[in-house]
Amino acid sequence: MSLVTATVKRDLLLAARNPGEWLNPLMFFLMVAALFPLAVDPDPKFLSKIAGGVIWVAALLATLLSLDALYKSDVEDGSLEQWLASGESLYVLALGKALVHWLSSGLPLTLMSPLLGLMMALPDEAFPALLLSLGVGTPVLSLLGAVGAALTAGVRSGGLLLSLLILPLYIPVLIFAASAVYHAGIGMSYNGQIGFLGAMLALSACLTPFASAAALKLNLSR
Amino acid sequence: MFQNLDVHVSNGKLLQLAGPNGAGKTTLLRLLAGLNRDYDGDLHWQGEDLHKVYADYARQRLYLGHLAAIKRALTPIENLRWLMSPWMTSETDTPVLEDDLWEALEQVNLAGYEETSCQQLSAGQQRRVGLARLAIVPTPLWILDEPFTALDVAGVRWLEEQIQRQVARNGAVVITSHHALQNIPTLERLELGVLAGLEE
Repeated sequence: MSLVTATVKRDLLLAARNPGEWLNPLMFFLMVAALFPLAVDPDPKFLSKIAGGVIWVAALLATLLSLDALYKSDVEDGSLEQWLASGESLYVLALGKALVHWLSSGLPLTLMSPLLGLMMALPDEAFPALLLSLGVGTPVLSLLGAVGAALTAGVRSGGLLLSLLILPLYIPVLIFAASAVYHAGIGMSYNGQIGFLGAMLALSACLTPFASAAALKLNLSR
Repeated sequence: MFQNLDVHVSNGKLLQLAGPNGAGKTTLLRLLAGLNRDYDGDLHWQGEDLHKVYADYARQRLYLGHLAAIKRALTPIENLRWLMSPWMTSETDTPVLEDDLWEALEQVNLAGYEETSCQQLSAGQQRRVGLARLAIVPTPLWILDEPFTALDVAGVRWLEEQIQRQVARNGAVVITSHHALQNIPTLERLELGVLAGLEE
């Protein structure tokens, strides 16, 4: 068993032991969809127009909520030092950490999204687009977010800094994903948007681990 | 922090870094471990530039930092499994086996606690989980940062024995500690800061 597989296993085990950490962003996600119709117009006609956008904004913010803790404890307890000491590639480890983050945040968000679609009166035709855009889009959020988490891991209360750093990078994902869901809702093709999200996923899966690895090294050289 | 420093760690040698707090013991230790590249000068492992042969070097030295890398929500055996995972791959010649881990925990007096969450263990017991690594793989070089912290008398004796054993089988140890190490003829002390005047 290599260190990467061991780390993925260990982090999933930790997530299972402390469910609060990954359930909290999910609760936030659910609450946004529950409160939105109460605060604005509960009319399904109105809601169905904004449903895709609201669900995507909520998913994005829920992801941001869960990012802060990604590397923090590893820096504090010395796990990161042991990673570096092991001589294994930090690139692969950063990719593994992003995978763990997606499994505990993006995947549950995606699986939960149809429920939110119902609460927000999302048009029936838009459900496949919602699932697909979240399925392809949330891994991009995890990968990009992991870079910010790696940069701010050594900073006390780096959560704010993390949001400021990462939010601009999330905007393209949000635009294409929300547009895919909206277009599906009005019966138009959304292949282009999903294709673009797929391209972003391929690009960020290749490149962001380099940035994460560099940021982690920076964290340790102090 | 220091200059004109020439350290040579050969087989069977124990090098103790000493000096007052803030003299740079841990900094030097991390340099030697290859974790800190912020230095001017040369760092060699078996005649080659350490950072060129780092992957190879990493397998041959065991680094125990003053942070134990123990997750409190996990049990000792789970923590040890993660810590030892670089040596448990089939790529290595003699991979560490699951049984070795259990045996090592028994050696550090954690038998019966293998499946207890580390949260419920004392600080000393948590240190022992990390130290159990010393009993598993015979790597040629050990780099230990304050390993005697929080250990009881029996733990200190066990650790001393491990260090003696490592030196006896021609391995090398670099250690920072205020603890007086005994019964090791090859002990060499490097005073940082005061005596050598190495501090800027």
